Amino acid sequence: MRVVVGQGSCGIATGAKKTSDAFKNAIEEKKLNVILDKTGCIGTCYLEPIVDVYGDDGKLQTRYVKCTTDKVGEIVEQHLIGGTPVEKYAIAAADEEFLDKQKRIVLRNCGQINPERLEDYLGIGGYDAAKKVITTMTPDEVIEEIKISGLRGRGGAGFPTWFKWNAIKNNQGDHKYMVCNADEGDPGAFMDRSVLEGDPHSVLEGMIIGGYAAGADEGIIYCRAEYPLAIARLEIAMAQAREQGYLGKNLFGTSFSFDIRIKAGAGAFVCGEETALIASLEGERGMPRLKPPFPAQKGYWKRPTNINNVETYANVAWIINNGGQAFADRGADKSKGSKVFALAGKIRKGGLAEIPMGMTLRDVIYGIGGGIKNDKDFKAVQMGGPSGGCIPKSLIDTPITYEDIVKTGAIVGSGGMIVMDEGTCMVDMARFFLDFTKKESCGKCNYCRIGTMRMLEILERITNGEGRDGDIELLEELCNKIKDGAMCGLGQTAPNPVLTTLKYFRHEYEDHIYNHRCTAKSCKALISYSINDNCKGCTLCARNCPVEAITGAVKQKHTIDTSKCVKCGKCYDNCHFGAVEIQ
Amino acid sequence: MMNEKETAPNQDFTELAPVLEKYASVPGSLITILQQAQEIYGYLSMDAIDYISERTGIMPAKIYGVATFYAQFRLKPVGKYLLMLCKGTACHVNGSDSVEEALSEYLGIKDGETTEDGLFTLNNVACLGCCSLAPVMMVKTTEGEETFGNLTKDSVKKIIDDYRAQNA
Repeated sequence: MRVVVGQGSCGIATGAKKTSDAFKNAIEEKKLNVILDKTGCIGTCYLEPIVDVYGDDGKLQTRYVKCTTDKVGEIVEQHLIGGTPVEKYAIAAADEEFLDKQKRIVLRNCGQINPERLEDYLGIGGYDAAKKVITTMTPDEVIEEIKISGLRGRGGAGFPTWFKWNAIKNNQGDHKYMVCNADEGDPGAFMDRSVLEGDPHSVLEGMIIGGYAAGADEGIIYCRAEYPLAIARLEIAMAQAREQGYLGKNLFGTSFSFDIRIKAGAGAFVCGEETALIASLEGERGMPRLKPPFPAQKGYWKRPTNINNVETYANVAWIINNGGQAFADRGADKSKGSKVFALAGKIRKGGLAEIPMGMTLRDVIYGIGGGIKNDKDFKAVQMGGPSGGCIPKSLIDTPITYEDIVKTGAIVGSGGMIVMDEGTCMVDMARFFLDFTKKESCGKCNYCRIGTMRMLEILERITNGEGRDGDIELLEELCNKIKDGAMCGLGQTAPNPVLTTLKYFRHEYEDHIYNHRCTAKSCKALISYSINDNCKGCTLCARNCPVEAITGAVKQKHTIDTSKCVKCGKCYDNCHFGAVEIQ
Repeated sequence: MMNEKETAPNQDFTELAPVLEKYASVPGSLITILQQAQEIYGYLSMDAIDYISERTGIMPAKIYGVATFYAQFRLKPVGKYLLMLCKGTACHVNGSDSVEEALSEYLGIKDGETTEDGLFTLNNVACLGCCSLAPVMMVKTTEGEETFGNLTKDSVKKIIDDYRAQNA
């Protein structure tokens, strides 16, 4: 028997290590013939910690979910010793749907293999694609296969991968570099982290194949420092690959040599922009420069450089093994294959969903994600992070392709999907993103540096209940100027969250400015608290009020003095009778 | 700015010396050097910046520029427990603001500040990538890091209490 505990960052955050330790102790204490193992992110983050029990035949017997330490004893006694699964802790049929409705390429091995063991990756055909490419194909044939697949950059821009590879291949240089952008800076996206933690070899293999096609001899993974587990697992994988000759000199006995190193990013969203990333690799401030020359012409140390995202590389070996056509057969017209989305926010089942492009937002949010938490109303979904926008309920049947999502004003981006319900204020969302881009603006060009600052000031004014007549028009003017005037992608797309919320939720802006009302009841300056007739006079609210704004005798209805109230919400949080209301 | 030294002038750089031995002459290594210096001392003092400048030949102003550009670098010492509170989109939607308020009130510090007993530093960060467990906080110490998910105003107080108890 084999017990596998999912130990991605999400799993560990919910106590997977403690669960694993509990199994370890029980197995040792009772001297059981059971192997304890670990795997990466399975994708159903809302069910973590997850424990899979495999029989001696290697087949999955039971998947236990929310498997905290208190459940371990029972599973050990009844299942590992007694042979009968503990059904009450097993995954429910409705939750299996989360995985059943997906079609996985990038996440094919995540949650299946032990990411720290090379044999696991080799056991499912790992490095076969690299071997095939290097020993039997020409660089042009590789690029042609990628072209047939229709693979486009998964980091956000959706640029055809074959085109980039071809461009660097055609540029001469004594050294060429294959860079992997693992600086997943988009707040709300975590697919790259999961792939790096759960299947690091697939990224290395993709880079080796890309390096061969491009004629590069060195790969660099630019990984954000906030992902310590991803960096640790990558380092293990690289050492294993080097030992087995998959990295280093003369791969597979040919003249092709290629090695990879990691460079830890230091936290700057703008480094998602290619030229800024290169500046950062060179030890400088991550500030973008004008293009051309493109990185494929003059990149890292002015040599030809190609940059792809983690997820893009993770597709490559599968495409080589299964053929470009098999990839193209999945997905839609101009958006081929599958794409991983990170479902989060007010969604019932949060996690990673890899779906064929062309599926609708409804299928993902309701079909896979199980709809909205606490049966609230779906309001909007935010896609593309700070460069993207909010897609309203009326467009929930939009197919997820690069083209269709752009038409809504958002972008597919790196795949973050933050679901919002009726309690999310759209003006506040716009303020949130502008606060982010303002902080992350590198400061090189005026439109971005000063423009985002001015926009944030206006949005803060509106959410603070001090919006002025003309603010909406001023915002629109600034949006258009920044879009046209900013030098790089960060600035050019910074207005998108404001533009899309203005397009679909203009009434909320107007409500804030002219009626001093926040319909989502989220902007503090625009709400007030009161106590209704449900009040039993338990005094709990009055005792918790930090400013003594609540008065009333025991067993008598209490009242809030709004002139004293600081709107901390403690009365609302503490009331057991639903007696505190927000207006 | 550069004259306002944050620390006593005689900081000991014996631990940092081998790092510079290795990277001082490798072009493009400044960020790596700063990361390792911060790993050793917990922050980058002005003296450390001067020392790195002497050894690499890079102007202190440029080092300071790089150090202040990236979110990871700190120019002030941090507490024993670095509370990295995620302020990403999913955490924002799920109430990280109220968690921050609760933490700030409980500890008596704001984002970027350290408690008087030197135990806790509160730092807002962009995204920890555990969005399904939002709101999330990562607690970093010299021994490693621990992540906490599904935070509430009450659960963060308990986390703080547990750390305080360990140091009682």
